[in-house]
Amino acid sequence: MIDAVGNPQSLLLLGGTSDIALATAEQYARQRPLRVVLAARPSDRLERAAERLRETGSTVTTVAFDARDPDTHAEALDKAFADGDIDVALVAFGVLGDQERLWTDVDAAREMAEINYVAPVTVGVLLAQRMRRQGHGHIVALSSVAGERVRRSNFAYGSSKAGMDGFYTGLTEALRPSGVKVTVVRPGHVTSKMTEGLKEAPLARSPEQVARIIVDSVRKGRELVWAPPQFRYVMSVLRHLPRAVFRRLPF
Amino acid sequence: MNNEHKRLSGWGRTAPTTARVVSTPDVDTIARAVREAGERGVIARGLGRSYGDPAQNAGGTVVDMTALDRIHSIDADSGVVDTDAGVDLDRLMRAALPFGLWIPVLPGTRQVTVGGAIGSDIHGKNHHSHGSFGSHVLSLDLLTADGEVRTLTPDGESSELFWATVGGMGLTGIVVRARIAMKHTESAYFIADYDRTADLDETLELFGNGSDESYDYSMAWFDAISSGPKLGRAVFSRGSLARLDQLPKKLRAHPLKFDAPQLLTFPDVFPNGLANRFTFSALSEIWYRKAPKKGRGLIQNLTSFYHPLDMFGEWNRAYGSRGFLQYQFIVPFSAEDELRRIMRLIARSGHVSFLNVLKRMGEGNRAPLSFPTPGWTITVDFPIKPGLHALCDQLDEIVLGVGGRLYFAKESRTTPEMIERMYPRIDEWRRTRAAVDPEGIFRSDLARRLNL
Repeated sequence: MIDAVGNPQSLLLLGGTSDIALATAEQYARQRPLRVVLAARPSDRLERAAERLRETGSTVTTVAFDARDPDTHAEALDKAFADGDIDVALVAFGVLGDQERLWTDVDAAREMAEINYVAPVTVGVLLAQRMRRQGHGHIVALSSVAGERVRRSNFAYGSSKAGMDGFYTGLTEALRPSGVKVTVVRPGHVTSKMTEGLKEAPLARSPEQVARIIVDSVRKGRELVWAPPQFRYVMSVLRHLPRAVFRRLPF
Repeated sequence: MNNEHKRLSGWGRTAPTTARVVSTPDVDTIARAVREAGERGVIARGLGRSYGDPAQNAGGTVVDMTALDRIHSIDADSGVVDTDAGVDLDRLMRAALPFGLWIPVLPGTRQVTVGGAIGSDIHGKNHHSHGSFGSHVLSLDLLTADGEVRTLTPDGESSELFWATVGGMGLTGIVVRARIAMKHTESAYFIADYDRTADLDETLELFGNGSDESYDYSMAWFDAISSGPKLGRAVFSRGSLARLDQLPKKLRAHPLKFDAPQLLTFPDVFPNGLANRFTFSALSEIWYRKAPKKGRGLIQNLTSFYHPLDMFGEWNRAYGSRGFLQYQFIVPFSAEDELRRIMRLIARSGHVSFLNVLKRMGEGNRAPLSFPTPGWTITVDFPIKPGLHALCDQLDEIVLGVGGRLYFAKESRTTPEMIERMYPRIDEWRRTRAAVDPEGIFRSDLARRLNL
């Protein structure tokens, strides 16, 4: 249960090796150790992440989860909920990929769309079912500013984020009567393993900075946040630029 | 039977969850709801005056007990009332007063049900002289997990389950009816003395010098914001029920007259942050100054002496949408140093509280989860703000360190490990509960959160 001062007792990270997800877990654990379920493809990375979290005094378990195989999602989620209620669930998996390949190679494009859009949708449906049944819970979906107005340089990725953002924004409303909450987070450039080797964009933030925004938004019950918050205004302007101008922007 | 999904929270308006709420005056229907509860279980709810989450049950069933509201009998001679558990203390008081009967234990509000009073084993300003509510219950009817209703008494064969139910936070079953030994009184008025102390030393001295023993009712409001020399200054209000011969002539004609007006109901429009250092400092100063420095023999009605907050409906809304929490603990009399440390910590924390109560508690009863034990109890209200969890965790450590404990009816944020150590008889209680409810049908968010 989430207590009166906003401390959750259990946390599910879908995308259990994501830098932002792990930073969020550490942030919570620093306030008070909790039960964490890491759902990801089995790997050394996953085990190391679990080990690192255990050092905070938290109880950590891992569940095998493959975003590319939607038929296995229900089983993975059942396992994740097997030890008790999940107070906060982060949908934090996703791939960036080679942006030029993503619109020229049909297999690459399809795989990206399955991981970044199809899987968040199936997982969202399954999370919503379980949280409605338990009568409480908070889903955090990691979207991206790239989905707010897709641009030439990464439109394939951006389109998948636009799709999942729309789904979770709608889910926020659909779940409102049940008391289950959803927060859609739109980070800009985050310096993490996902963006390794890329040139740092303006307003870049670390996973820890994004994690702080996530923890704060969940506590306050915010439904849509940008990371950093300034992006809200930047994107508001960018969204309304005429195409001819938008096309010429240097990013 | 009324049956709908609702979001429920406690009086502190924090951590709401959704449950199916069943509202019916029919015990058989409640029994059916218990038998059909399913894996998320069922819990009874009265008027929702507990601050945290004991009367909510996420994803499960909540039985709204206020529909079960018949007073079956009042015996003026023996002073015994027989009442449904959903009857609230305000109604019970209005019904019993014409017979010269007084509710033996009243908490800070009359807006609690008889069932809730038993489940939390509530106490009042007269704990040092009269104990807690459970000590005045002659028998209670408990609807248990098997769907049967059993009558339990404080002594004899059923006493173990009786005392596990007193203070048991509704987790042994649903109290549907109870017989309570009321207190005879000649009037509905108090004869009260007031004292103002300048600092914490004076406050503890006035409590410790034995003067408390001459009053049935006693408590002190204290200033939890001023640090420095004014730290712990207090307003004492102490008194007893007035006898007929103590009343002024004009009140003697109707000594049992009771009217408690509700001046206004707070609308739900208050912004977060209105309860801040500036407003609360000013309020505290006014509260302190308006009290007589040394008032003697004042005749007061229940509202002015005991229940000033009952003049305002839904006053919890003044804390804004983020809500607030009430932190109530008890420490032994020997822990005066820790008491001072806690007061200093609070005053310097940046978290502000206006409704602060300090009181001496007397002997506890046999209930394993009952809160009161001999010692000092302090109650403070904090609006929810970043960093509050750290202050409360720090206070928990000090309280636990001297063998103190927190009160379940107020609790909303501690850990299972803390509760385990604060209530050394919890395993005894768990065994009794497991025997009567092996599958754990009776469940609440509090029980889930604290692993009861």
